[in-house]
Amino acid sequence: MNTATLTKRPAWRMERYAPALLLAAALAIYIAIALSLGHTRFLTPEAAVSILNRSIALGITAVGQTFAILVGSIDLSVAHLISASAVVSSAIMNGDPAMMVPAVLAVLLMGAVVGTLNGLLITKLEVNPLIATLGMALIIQGCLASFHGRFGGSVPDAFQYFAYGEVLGLPVSLIVLALLVLAAWAVLRFTRFGSNIYSVGGNRDTARAAGIKTARVVMASHIICSLCASLAGLYLASRLKSGSPWIGTEGAYDLESIAVVVIGGTILSGGKGGIWGTVAGVIIFSLIDSIFNLAGVDAFAKQVMRGIIIVAAVAFYAVRSKRIVA
Amino acid sequence: MISPAIEMRGITKSFPGVKALKSVSFSAYPGEVHALAGENGAGKSTLMKILSGVYRLDGGAVVVGGEERHFSHPLEAIRAGIAVIYQEFSLLPERTVAQNIFLGREPTRLGLIDHKAMNAEARRVLALFGSAHRIEPDTVVADLDVASQQLVEIAKAVSLDAKVIVMDEPTAALNEAECEVLFGLVDTLKKRGVAIVYITHRMREITRLADRVTVLKDGETAASFDHVPEPDTIVRAMVGRDIGDFYAAPATPQEIGEVVLSVRHAGNERLKDISFELRAGEIVGFAGLQGAGRVALAQAIFGFAPFTEGEVELAGKPARFTNPRDAIRAGIGLLPGDRKAEGLVLMQSVSDNGLLTARALSGLAGKADATPFASAEEMDKLLHELDVRAGSFSQEIKALSGGNQQKAIVARWLALAPRLLIFIEPTRGIDVNAKAGIYHLMRDLARKGTAIMMVSSDLPEVLGAADRILVMRAGELVAAFPRGVSEADVMLAATGEEAVAA
Repeated sequence: MNTATLTKRPAWRMERYAPALLLAAALAIYIAIALSLGHTRFLTPEAAVSILNRSIALGITAVGQTFAILVGSIDLSVAHLISASAVVSSAIMNGDPAMMVPAVLAVLLMGAVVGTLNGLLITKLEVNPLIATLGMALIIQGCLASFHGRFGGSVPDAFQYFAYGEVLGLPVSLIVLALLVLAAWAVLRFTRFGSNIYSVGGNRDTARAAGIKTARVVMASHIICSLCASLAGLYLASRLKSGSPWIGTEGAYDLESIAVVVIGGTILSGGKGGIWGTVAGVIIFSLIDSIFNLAGVDAFAKQVMRGIIIVAAVAFYAVRSKRIVA
Repeated sequence: MISPAIEMRGITKSFPGVKALKSVSFSAYPGEVHALAGENGAGKSTLMKILSGVYRLDGGAVVVGGEERHFSHPLEAIRAGIAVIYQEFSLLPERTVAQNIFLGREPTRLGLIDHKAMNAEARRVLALFGSAHRIEPDTVVADLDVASQQLVEIAKAVSLDAKVIVMDEPTAALNEAECEVLFGLVDTLKKRGVAIVYITHRMREITRLADRVTVLKDGETAASFDHVPEPDTIVRAMVGRDIGDFYAAPATPQEIGEVVLSVRHAGNERLKDISFELRAGEIVGFAGLQGAGRVALAQAIFGFAPFTEGEVELAGKPARFTNPRDAIRAGIGLLPGDRKAEGLVLMQSVSDNGLLTARALSGLAGKADATPFASAEEMDKLLHELDVRAGSFSQEIKALSGGNQQKAIVARWLALAPRLLIFIEPTRGIDVNAKAGIYHLMRDLARKGTAIMMVSSDLPEVLGAADRILVMRAGELVAAFPRGVSEADVMLAATGEEAVAA
């Protein structure tokens, strides 16, 4: 029952291309609605850029979340870390352009520390990742709440270049996200570390028996995940001029980042998936937003639609990946 | 005289409360197959885990290539050229064959993984297996059948340049044809000068492959042969007694009763035009290659993957069930082949596992310990009758041996007094003594009027325990044999290599 496959599964496996199909469907619906409403200005390259630009923070966070989920873990602390990063960066900069570099370094250091702590909790104390990162989220939230009154400040105009600057007609933030995605793809595809992430996510015991230092791989993945969240926090501070302690939770970046990773075909138990799926997931989410804005449907319906898509995508993968048993 | 590839001298190992190994010595020379036989719990695995660095020894010495070694981590043993292939594969299903072979030691160029070199080297290693079993390095492992997965596992060891390869019951999940592939591979490795330690229960494999045989019993060397003795000699050393009554006596004509199950022209997407009858009191063995449809047939009868056409009758009533619940209500029980994954709730107690189905079929508001089928006390009594050995029936079932777990599952069904019991791989992973217990138990059930359908990939077991043998191939019933048929005839029918008169 468990052991044999009756027939070889076809080499062309649909679930592998499902994110692309879903993306194509979302795109088709978007174009159809834009055309039917006669809003052709929503079909220009500028419109495409603006759609993508809507999801920079989610995209950056989701790149990191992809690492956490691929390695067989998960990170629920990203939303609060985003808030903390935004608040801390604007507090340190406090309008002073000279403090930009120290602030960025401090925020990234904070991200690295949070990622390390998450990793340590999960690998050394063997706390379930859901609980470990949930605990971390509450701790960050508590710290923010108690310190918030003392934090003020805003980012200097120069720092807003990150969110609003343009190079060759493309937003700087979009370029940063694109480079981040390319880097993540290269790491996962071409490096030993990337291969180890898949191995550890696929089966931790097997990986350990093959001589992979699994704890380090999990730690590194969590550090990457937290660094990405910190970067997303910096971006939001840049966009909104100052950080607020609710910025991450309001955007629901924890659950949404997990959702787009999963829609992108990365399986929650780890070891299978990749960065391009996540990119597709992020774009699908932005397209849904755009479609509903275009059609003028209210935000509740949009949220319902997102929920349906997440569940449908996961159900689809689950059905498709069932082994044929003999 | 060449020196041994590995030598284990006077190995002693204790676990809290148990002396697992008492001064056991064992060696393997390059180019030989040294069979290690013994029942489960005899100490084979412990000995091999010491060799592979999973456990540390308490006394004695492990000598590898003439040098005494103390491995503290499996990786050190792997680096010393010792590879162990466990029964449960350590492959990553979603990664490619090449990625699995090079797990944790991918070749790199300028810090990046050299996929080309990796695939080329994987292809070179896989080529050793001959062209008949071509495996492409970039196939995802989940797409391979079990035998091919095992070959990948072995390829991993070969590519590690292992001097010693330990195979722990490598044929447990393989069918006859796949076994032959494996045997050929063992011969190839032997010719290449690899020392092979071959752990098995099966005498046939020892006769076929081994150069020397060591038998462990209760943590001691029970016998050691520099040749391959008669199977009886080995078995006697393993169990410490004769096993003339290994299989129970077959059914007498008087014991065979009414037709219990009749299947006529039934089929579904994996089964074609199946027709047969099962009678009360008989054990019918279903032989065939992996994927021939035997398990699919069992699942169809059980309503798990239902028939889509044809007629099925159980005790004269229509019985084309579309879900297991209806099938169970009508009196069909199924004991799955993968006990841990499909048969047991591992973290519940022995009696909870026994009561599982009885509880499932009683009302939601009913009492958990007093179902209409069996109360908790009755279940405990039943477990006693079946001689399920556990410290207490309230302990978690996962600590029990395979044989005792299987008996607990039998108890589960007995509480429902089934008309038909379907056993899938009834003795997989069960040691020799307990196997005999299961065969006798099946026969006792048959004598009480239950029809028994036995699906097994262990051909000697089918020949020894069944009253009739039906052979399946590619989703069809292709042959029927009475008791006493030869192994060769069944194999020919199963592989379809020769026309067989049904």
